[in-house]
Amino acid sequence: MALPTYASPLEKVWHYAYLVICGAIFFFLIAPIVVVIPLSFNAEPYFTFTDRMLSFDPDGYSMRWYDSLLTFGMARPEAPRDLNWWADAWQNAKWVNAAKSSLIIGIFATILATVLGTLAALGLSRPEMPYRRAIMAMLISPMIVPIIITATGMFFFYSNPCEPLTWIGLNPECGKLAGTYLGVILAHATLGIPFVIITVTATLIGFDQSLNRAAASLGANPRTTFFRITMPLILPGVISGALFAFVTSFDEVVAVLFIAGPDQQTIPRQMWNGIREQISPAILAVATLLVIFSIALLTTVEMLRRRSERLRGLTPK
Amino acid sequence: MANALDPHAAIVATAGGLDEGGTLRTADGQPLARALARSSRRARRRAFLLVLPLLLFILITFVVPIGQMLQRSVKNDGFSANMPQLSAWFHENPRGTEPDEAAWAALAADLSAAAQSRTIGVVGTRVNYDMPGTRSLFTSAGRKARGGIEPPYREAVLEMDAKWGDPKLWSVMREASSPYTSNFYLASVDRTRDDQGNIVSAPAQQQIYVKLFLRTFWLSLIITCTTFLLGFPVAHLLATLPTRKSNLLMILVLLPFWTSLLVRTTAWIVLLQQQGVVNDILVWLGVIGNDGRLQMIFNRTGTIIAMTHILLPFMILPLYSVMRTINPSYVRAARSLGATSWTAFRRIYFPQTLPGLGAGALLVFILAVGYYITPALVGGASGQLISNMIAMHMTQTLNWSMAAALAALLLGGVLILYWVYDRLVGIDNLKLG
Repeated sequence: MALPTYASPLEKVWHYAYLVICGAIFFFLIAPIVVVIPLSFNAEPYFTFTDRMLSFDPDGYSMRWYDSLLTFGMARPEAPRDLNWWADAWQNAKWVNAAKSSLIIGIFATILATVLGTLAALGLSRPEMPYRRAIMAMLISPMIVPIIITATGMFFFYSNPCEPLTWIGLNPECGKLAGTYLGVILAHATLGIPFVIITVTATLIGFDQSLNRAAASLGANPRTTFFRITMPLILPGVISGALFAFVTSFDEVVAVLFIAGPDQQTIPRQMWNGIREQISPAILAVATLLVIFSIALLTTVEMLRRRSERLRGLTPK
Repeated sequence: MANALDPHAAIVATAGGLDEGGTLRTADGQPLARALARSSRRARRRAFLLVLPLLLFILITFVVPIGQMLQRSVKNDGFSANMPQLSAWFHENPRGTEPDEAAWAALAADLSAAAQSRTIGVVGTRVNYDMPGTRSLFTSAGRKARGGIEPPYREAVLEMDAKWGDPKLWSVMREASSPYTSNFYLASVDRTRDDQGNIVSAPAQQQIYVKLFLRTFWLSLIITCTTFLLGFPVAHLLATLPTRKSNLLMILVLLPFWTSLLVRTTAWIVLLQQQGVVNDILVWLGVIGNDGRLQMIFNRTGTIIAMTHILLPFMILPLYSVMRTINPSYVRAARSLGATSWTAFRRIYFPQTLPGLGAGALLVFILAVGYYITPALVGGASGQLISNMIAMHMTQTLNWSMAAALAALLLGGVLILYWVYDRLVGIDNLKLG
């Protein structure tokens, strides 16, 4: 934004002060995320820059915290690094297992949330949809209701999923969902659904219904119309919704703390324990990897958004 | 085939024209109005069927669990299920009846039975919620009563512990003898019942919840204000810069938004702790001495700083999308009519940003009120919010009914705010990035 030519000296001073203030706020936003990256290469177990790091002495930096991610929890971390060593790491290393759990839970929760959420968004964006606003408000509410409340409710439900049936007079017996992969996947899908609905609905705004009619008038049946016309056009929105759902699951800790068992130790849960008990710089190595991961995701979503806007002809500039 | 996708079009295309009575009819002779009504019903049903699977899913995995939590907040049958005879006596005799020998006999029989089935701890825990310090009374009575209690029961029980004669204890047991109770809600607002069953304020040292609710609202308000103060200039800059530059700067807003919450919280611990980067820089600059390092984390300051950082994008994004639509010629017109830049901002620009401000502020406030992770990790003792108390009751004291009652009150507050948000902003205007 340019300063108008009629600006008074005081306004000019204010204008530059304003730019400095904005710069400071951008710094506040980004500095915490950037600062953990060099610190994760610290050779010492400290959370601040050592003198050797500041003088760019190569001895001040090391990969030891990244290495400890692989070795933590192994049966024989000191063994020579042959195939058995890697098998040991794959089996026992805690962070590796956490990454596996997070991926399994994240992928299945994402599939569930995306399929259900996309169908619902298609229904919600039809002009004939009855009670649209109320239903939308209900479907979005897992995002608004504080996670601690959701997790508390889920704790009761997943420990005894048949209890609600007693309200209508039935008295069946059934097992627990708490402590199972299925339970965590269902919980994470619930939390990811609002993101899918919001992104897909946003893509469907301005979706030209006459394209569907054109396809139909040319003889396509509803299924063909959906897969050949609708789906390709809303796909960018669906994918970015799926990414949102995946990130939600990948970053979720409260529901996992409340309903997961020892087998579902995810990365956030492992980080949570690490921060609360004894914080080790290995956490910073995980944090760095997660930052790189989020940069990759952000880039993907941004590209998808632009592609979607181009496809729908919404990019004038 | 066109029928399947747009029934209206099909009907109109094949309309049969007017009949003798003057009503419009379709090709197959149906009155047009009825055919239209039927087709729009069919279209409604088809739209609803698409939403139905998700609606059922959310109902089962979200609404029912919340209902179960609400039920738990008023229901606790730890006493009534395990002390059946005494509960029955309470039901037969109204409040104010002195416990007679039958009551003592019921108590003795229930104590022995509960001790044998090892449920006496559950009973003691339930009574302990309403009258702290009584759990051990039950467990020790359970140990002594395992072999059975001989009559006369009153003397026998009082001999085990004279505390059994306390009228307050009998009043609490009467309360607990019903599986449904409002006591957990009373406790959440720092109230309790006295011997006569009247609602009175809890003892001063037990009054924690109201203070905690107030602190939660107060801190959320502060965080909303700081996100506004920091978010407004940034949103304004992003909205007025040329698209290419603002897209580049937007990444700086979106990256924190996409970064794991735990990473951001960890980063603030690293930055703010006493041996951390910020304190090191301040010492190096000579602002503070090495022995005067600031305590910026594990207290209220830590909660405010970290949560402001985490919630800032939720303020910037709605403000930005509203500011983008503001026409700059209004401000120019005001300036040309002689307004100073401050007046033009105050009277022309700022009022137009209010929808975005309302959306952002409500969203940040709603999210802040329910925050758990960040206060738990960086809040210390003074930066804890009501969510942390709920989590404590869930995982440490295991007073699940209390946790449920606190959660229900918080839920009520959030739902009111959510309703306001939906009224003012519209839930379908929520955008992500």
